Amino acid sequence: MHELAIAQSLLNIVLEEAQRHGVRKVTRVGVKVGAFSSVVPDSLSFCFDLIKEGGVAAQAALVVLPVPLAGQCPDCGQRVELSDPFAACPVCGGLRVGLDQGQELLVDFIESDDSESE
Amino acid sequence: MAEIDVSRPILDANQRLAEANRERFRAAGVKVLNLISSPGSGKTSLLEQTLKRLQGRLAMAVIEGDVQTDADARRVAACGVRAVQIETRGGCHLDGAMVAQAAGAFDLDSLDLLIIENVGNLVCPVEFDLGEDLKLAVLSVAEGDDKPSKYPQLFKEAGVVVVNKIDLLPYIDCSLERIHADCLRLNPQQRIFDLSCRTGEGLDAWTEWLEQWAKV
Repeated sequence: MHELAIAQSLLNIVLEEAQRHGVRKVTRVGVKVGAFSSVVPDSLSFCFDLIKEGGVAAQAALVVLPVPLAGQCPDCGQRVELSDPFAACPVCGGLRVGLDQGQELLVDFIESDDSESE
Repeated sequence: MAEIDVSRPILDANQRLAEANRERFRAAGVKVLNLISSPGSGKTSLLEQTLKRLQGRLAMAVIEGDVQTDADARRVAACGVRAVQIETRGGCHLDGAMVAQAAGAFDLDSLDLLIIENVGNLVCPVEFDLGEDLKLAVLSVAEGDDKPSKYPQLFKEAGVVVVNKIDLLPYIDCSLERIHADCLRLNPQQRIFDLSCRTGEGLDAWTEWLEQWAKV
């Protein structure tokens, strides 16, 4: 449900960046969404489509780039990806993987239509 | 087609407001607690019991977040503590801007502890930093022992977890051990207090810890 508030912040960033780079038409917006952020990608896309109307991002497609849960296992020293925060290390079975990836929620890139740029 | 690198956190606008709040709270010497739970876990009951026990020992104030009504703010005011209500009108979480405005109602310099009761919701409030020192998750045993595993974001972020309504344990299938084990897997440094706002069991340990924490 908070995806609408997040979509609004996302759109603000897209509009700011488009203005800063003199972009008149944004065609794609790439967002990194960590598996451990409490954001539902489909819901975020739905909300973004609802509010993007009328501006330079009106035709922008949202591209969600999922970021998996990952971290360092202190038992075997490997860097590993986990399916969920309770999962054991897939290499050694240890239960103490220190998660440091998967909470991302950021605008990665915007793509512009050159023919419409200044 | 040209791709422009942006790499900006989506919630950086809220994050900046939260950091400004944090700065303001630190400068005033007030500790701030962000209380998060599902509706009906006993957040407001915990607040009432906590305020009554710490009245006269700490200078406290409360910001109440609710979708609708100021009923909770009135319950807090009845304990003799100043409370400000934020009605989100459908909004599922508080954000940094709402708290910045609400905090203006208090003389922060005169306070030891400011408690922000977030909207009853285990998901949305977790993403929005308010400028607090600590997130407190409240869970009642009636909700089931699977909640930390189902809502891991909150139970990882929470520095303290209060498990409420333990007087109901004889009547339901809920394992306190599982709650503790799952919480500590998510956050090994977490403090957990088991208590009952109804019988008072465990409340002294919780309020004594809170008093010490607020005074540091």
